[in-house]
Amino acid sequence: MKTLGLSLCALATVCAGTSVRADTLADVKQRGYLKCGVSQGLPGFSTADKEGHWFGIDVDLCRAIAAAVLGDQSKVKYTPLSAKERFTALQSGEIDVLSRNTSYTLQRDASMGIDFAGVIYYDGQGFMVHKKLGVTSAAQLINASICINLGTTTELNVADFFRSQKIKYKLVTFEKNDEVVAAYDAGRCDAMSSDQSGLYADRTKLKHPEDHVVLPEKISKEPLGPAVRHGDNRWGDIVRWTLFTMLEGEELEVGMNTVEAAQKSEKPAVRRIMGAEGELGKNLGLAPDFARKILSQVGNYGEVFERNLGQSSPLKIDRGVNNLWLKGGLHYAMPFR
Amino acid sequence: MNKSPAKKWLIQGLFFLVLVAFFAFAGHNVSTQLKMRGISSGFDFLKNQAGFGIAFHLIPYSETSSLGRVFLVGAVNTLFVSIISIVFASVIGLVIALFRISPLPVLRAIGVTYVETLRNIPLLLQFFVWYFAVLRQLPMPLESWRIGKSIYLNIRGLYLPFPEDAAAVWIVIGALIAGLTLGHVARALAQGQRVRRGKAPLWNWVPFILPLLLPVLALLYLRSRVTFTVPHLEGFNYSGGAQIIPELIAAIAALSLYTASFIAEIIRGAVGAVSKHQTEAALALGLKPRQVLGQIIFPQAMGHILPPLTSQYLNLIKNSSLAAAIAFPELVLLFAGTSLNVSGQAVEIMMMTLGFYLVVSLCLSALINLYQARVLSYERR
Repeated sequence: MKTLGLSLCALATVCAGTSVRADTLADVKQRGYLKCGVSQGLPGFSTADKEGHWFGIDVDLCRAIAAAVLGDQSKVKYTPLSAKERFTALQSGEIDVLSRNTSYTLQRDASMGIDFAGVIYYDGQGFMVHKKLGVTSAAQLINASICINLGTTTELNVADFFRSQKIKYKLVTFEKNDEVVAAYDAGRCDAMSSDQSGLYADRTKLKHPEDHVVLPEKISKEPLGPAVRHGDNRWGDIVRWTLFTMLEGEELEVGMNTVEAAQKSEKPAVRRIMGAEGELGKNLGLAPDFARKILSQVGNYGEVFERNLGQSSPLKIDRGVNNLWLKGGLHYAMPFR
Repeated sequence: MNKSPAKKWLIQGLFFLVLVAFFAFAGHNVSTQLKMRGISSGFDFLKNQAGFGIAFHLIPYSETSSLGRVFLVGAVNTLFVSIISIVFASVIGLVIALFRISPLPVLRAIGVTYVETLRNIPLLLQFFVWYFAVLRQLPMPLESWRIGKSIYLNIRGLYLPFPEDAAAVWIVIGALIAGLTLGHVARALAQGQRVRRGKAPLWNWVPFILPLLLPVLALLYLRSRVTFTVPHLEGFNYSGGAQIIPELIAAIAALSLYTASFIAEIIRGAVGAVSKHQTEAALALGLKPRQVLGQIIFPQAMGHILPPLTSQYLNLIKNSSLAAAIAFPELVLLFAGTSLNVSGQAVEIMMMTLGFYLVVSLCLSALINLYQARVLSYERR
């Protein structure tokens, strides 16, 4: 129903002929805070605690953008969005950036009035099953019931996978993730399917997490990344280079604890990113020390990953493909020059 | 203030023009704004391949069907769950109303408890309660309960033998419709005879069993001529035959039990509104209490029942969209949910969904208004 409201709201905005201003940077600066769309609760990516503080890797990106643009990582207003509300919220200008475990796909990039600004986490869709089924591969899920969450590419990936394997299946689609977990736990489905990072998070919510296993194979590529409104290229640049700053920080080993020492560094690459040399900040329309603010207030990618998803978090996800390119992963920041 | 007819027409015409201009402006605005923001618009997306599976569909559907087809599947599912729930809600509502006007305190207490509990709990909550209550009770597929020779019940649903050729289903539905129509005609004939002769004919009961008798006869006829596919275990679940998913059962339970509490109150109120002298007069004429209720009170109460009852039916149809929360694949879940996400065309999809509910609601209220006009004219004769 909330979606209906949102959609109507979008409709009303459109009808009234007000156009969302195409200069998000100026809007954010004038407003004094960033409006960031996040999930309704996905551990490791975006969750709120009892006091209403938000945590997660997607949340940290919002904080990094606020640090870069406003100089203060705390100046963010979070809007929890369901999977089907998220694009409408971005299109209608209700949020400035969508940082909500959203897969970067051609159709979304090209036809929904949004632009992706990079990839923060390389995910893939997988399956979770009860250990007692004795299943080791998704291809063994013959005629299985699969519980999934509505409004993601999940439905399409599951359909493609089982069709290509010529296996029968039944989809049970819920509107909210909590119901997916509850129904799977109650035995309504043989398997539940979602992005693997999400499955690890959901497993902690089950009655007996140790009885369930996430199958190793990925049936899809799910590059999760932040999105901005189509056509506001300057704002897109800022979000993209905020993400690159976090990656470059890890590559140069500049993080929350080392940022002070880095200011005295002689290395040209470190001097450039700290704003001591060159005009990188000015090119983006930001302060010269925007990167220093990101790295000192939020940290580099490695630190952010570690505290939200890695071994110091309950999820304990391996870096795997989410490591830097130097260490065999896929993360590669474009040159800061 | 008196206005000349010409002036009246002028004002109405102007108002109409303003309205048309407003909608034309709004429509134009929407399409240019969408274009400006690089969002695709128009209804071409309805021809795009859907690409996702649907667990429960009454009309043929596969992943390669179009998004337009998804709209139809959703619309049919919404109507299906609504119609079944309307029937159950009406019957349960009537029973509870009879409890509430019963002279027995025990029955009255049951009636009051039912109404006050069910109508005061949010419907969405009732959906969840029913859904998870249904799921808790049912066994896993390998421990399925077998009913008769080839009916299976487990947590994934109720599996029934089903004719291979779907045409057989239409024969049964046709028999049901024929039964209802013939029953209606026969009842009018019986009533006519009763009025003429002052005595009901011996076949007075026939009209009431016709709607049941004909489908049963059709089934018996088909049984030997049609091959049925029988549910059998395949992989992790049963396959073949027809599957009634637990989401459907929970949705029907929640919708009909909730709406029944309102219908019961409507009927009780309408019966109470009929003057009690009518009862006294009927009893004085020697009618039995059952006849008093069925032939004196209810016909007069109908006029009071129908308008609020229509609202309840309309509410039920709209409330059926809440079944999306428990994964029943109805219009809002399939079309305003998955299809919206696949195509991203929120404006068109929301318009079509709103349009569907509007058209269905208007049709239903038109039908009931027609019926009411007949009932009332009959009453006044």
